[in-house]
Amino acid sequence: MANRIGVYVCHCGSNIYPRVDSPKVAEFAQRLRGVVVGRDYKFMCSDPGQDMIINDIRQLGLNRVVVASCSPRLHEKTFQNAVLRAGLNPFLFQMTCIREHCSWVHPDPVEATAKAMRLVAAAVDRVNWHEELYSREENVHPDVLVVGAGIAGIQAALDISRSGHRVHLVERSPSIGGHMAQFDKTFPTLDCAACISTPKMVAVSQEPNINLMTWAEVKEVSGFVGNYKATVRLKPRYVDMDKCTGCGLCLEKCPTKVDSEFEEGLAQRRAIHRNSPQAVPNKPVIDASACRVLNGKKCGVCAKFCPSGAIDFEQREREVELDIGTIVLATGFDTLDPTPLGQYGFGRFPEVYTGLQFERLNNAVGPTGGKIVMKNGQKPESVAIIHCVGSRDVNHHEYCSRVCCMYALKYDHLIKDKVGHATRVYNFYIDLRCFGKGYEEFLRRVQEEGVTFIRGRPAEVTDQALTPEEEGKLIVIGEDTLLARTIRVPVDMVVLCTAMEPRADVAEVARVFGISQGLDGFFLEEHPKLGPVSTATDGIFLAGTCQGPKDIPDAVAHAAGAAAQALALAARGKVTISPTVSHIDPDVCIGCKTCIGLCAYSAIEFDARRGVSVVNEAMCKGCGSCAGACPSGAAQIRHFTEKEIFAELDGLLAPVRIPVTEPEPGTAGAANGAEETETAEAQA
Amino acid sequence: MERFEPTIVAFVCNWCTYTAADLAGTARMIQSPNVRLVRMMCTGMVDPKYVLKALLGGADAVLISGCHPGDCHYINGNYKARRRVKLLKEILTGFGVDERRVKLTWVGASEGNEFAETVNELVEDIRELGPGETSRMMVI
Repeated sequence: MANRIGVYVCHCGSNIYPRVDSPKVAEFAQRLRGVVVGRDYKFMCSDPGQDMIINDIRQLGLNRVVVASCSPRLHEKTFQNAVLRAGLNPFLFQMTCIREHCSWVHPDPVEATAKAMRLVAAAVDRVNWHEELYSREENVHPDVLVVGAGIAGIQAALDISRSGHRVHLVERSPSIGGHMAQFDKTFPTLDCAACISTPKMVAVSQEPNINLMTWAEVKEVSGFVGNYKATVRLKPRYVDMDKCTGCGLCLEKCPTKVDSEFEEGLAQRRAIHRNSPQAVPNKPVIDASACRVLNGKKCGVCAKFCPSGAIDFEQREREVELDIGTIVLATGFDTLDPTPLGQYGFGRFPEVYTGLQFERLNNAVGPTGGKIVMKNGQKPESVAIIHCVGSRDVNHHEYCSRVCCMYALKYDHLIKDKVGHATRVYNFYIDLRCFGKGYEEFLRRVQEEGVTFIRGRPAEVTDQALTPEEEGKLIVIGEDTLLARTIRVPVDMVVLCTAMEPRADVAEVARVFGISQGLDGFFLEEHPKLGPVSTATDGIFLAGTCQGPKDIPDAVAHAAGAAAQALALAARGKVTISPTVSHIDPDVCIGCKTCIGLCAYSAIEFDARRGVSVVNEAMCKGCGSCAGACPSGAAQIRHFTEKEIFAELDGLLAPVRIPVTEPEPGTAGAANGAEETETAEAQA
Repeated sequence: MERFEPTIVAFVCNWCTYTAADLAGTARMIQSPNVRLVRMMCTGMVDPKYVLKALLGGADAVLISGCHPGDCHYINGNYKARRRVKLLKEILTGFGVDERRVKLTWVGASEGNEFAETVNELVEDIRELGPGETSRMMVI
């Protein structure tokens, strides 16, 4: 029986038509072999548009459908469902893109229309070979893996665990809380960060549905949506978590001191350490690179003083395997190291601080006990805050880090509040971006406190004084672009608002989880607007700043979104798996096993009895490595078979030349068996 | 004399380059209309015979484009494509087909501008190279 194909060409309002002459394309399609009806419509994706397809299937007995409209990435599902509603198998449908790849990028209407016709012809030729395919359902493991226990990971884990699903929360550092645990106050409400985050941290440790693994990393992930398997590496803590009471005696006795990462290098910690008295879990860890015993020297002071005998130098790295259904990534961000920006003198001048260091200076449990003082113990008389260090800068990160304006304003207020109102505070900014709830009001409040705002990115921070009042100060040199005047501002202290950037090992993490990075290096979401928490890999979701710079409210909202998405899968318990996987025809297979060596998922096995390779469809992801290499053509990806691709190429290439060149007699197009009558195309 | 307008078939992977092409479209990056896309799930499924079929069918060049090395949605399909294209080029050269008529590139999902540039550059290069002779040279 010949196929009865319906072709539908969309106008997409004015997005496709008139650049691409949709009625003419529909008319052209009507003359293609097998096409029963060719129609154009203003919005094919609208209800009347879909009804048009459904009615035609029912009344004209169509058994194949082609829609030419936007990218299949947007509306393929919409039309597949429409086709399904009319009782036709959704895989007997083909969509071709004449908007993103045609009307939007080709300014010449004649060329755009001609190309649209070729794309439609290709889709029509291809759809002839489509086969009925049926999706299968797989169970979804109810457990969820959350990677990273900063505020985003904590939020996601708590949201999921409250639903009754079990959460495995993996954190790389010895305690949870992430960057937020380092902060003192949060903008714009000036809540203390610890006051609002520690209850959540404690809730995580007490929630029976959360399996918290700190000092641990996800090493490998395998499987597919609903059925992932993760290998988690538990680093040796050298402290028995069950015996340790968290009394902290060892922290006082340990003789080895190194720079503290948590204090951003402003203070020292012992080899056995914990971040703060509020750390969760509140049990220390021994730094193997600094500990004397672990480096073959004599010591063991901590073990000697530990009242509960919790120190265990014999601990070894362990690995655990977890079965999970979905994964939420909340791996966070790093801050830019401003040392390479030599002009700001970070690392050369002791009174130049990064934003995070200044945060620690403010913190009540920080190196100065919350006092804003210089290294000599004196209060600063004047402070310069330089915005956009490494952000909005083509030499570093083009993007805006989104939080610096607001935390700079917070510092403005805190300096005025803690050091005294007479302290002069200078903000060097490019633009003030105070876009969130209550942010603009906070800016107004800080402005009223008498802070100076200078528009312009400073050129340099120097200690070379030109006048007596600059003596002994750091001089910020820049241009006030509103006054068009160069200025020199002598200050006691400089704070650099450094950019948020992707974690140093982001590429490795992306590889482990099989997801992509965007141009800026952060993890790539499925869609920048409508899919901000999902990724191109089903069942893996993003939470917080691993997807891009965010402030706390946005990170928390993003995490709650990721939790909801993961839960949607976990709660339903079933997931539909696409049938577009590999199939090896046992009658054609010669048993060469080429495909077995190529399969990245070990989804192909050799059936020795029949002498053929067999695909395990549950493990196959349909990448087509086997089909691309099969010497006999036995391996084919369903919906991407050799016949379908060949037919698509036939339609795409016949006739070969687009109308602007002279017609070629006896062209290859004719030689390839494309026999449609397409003379009308030249007038397109 | 009229300008030569090459016909180019592009096999692009669904996850990276097809997405990049969508992005280039959304951002209205003007491209030569000579390149026609065939959506594949992965460059690893591009059988060399598809490339040959396109060349024999009258395409003046073939572009294969997928995810950057290490970024493949299917772990390593793009590496398989790379090996396959290298071999294919050697064979094609042996048959007198200019190897520049088969191009392999990596264009990531967020690189819309990169995609538009790749398309426009390739069209210019092939325009300079002249019409492909493959379809006339060989009869199947």
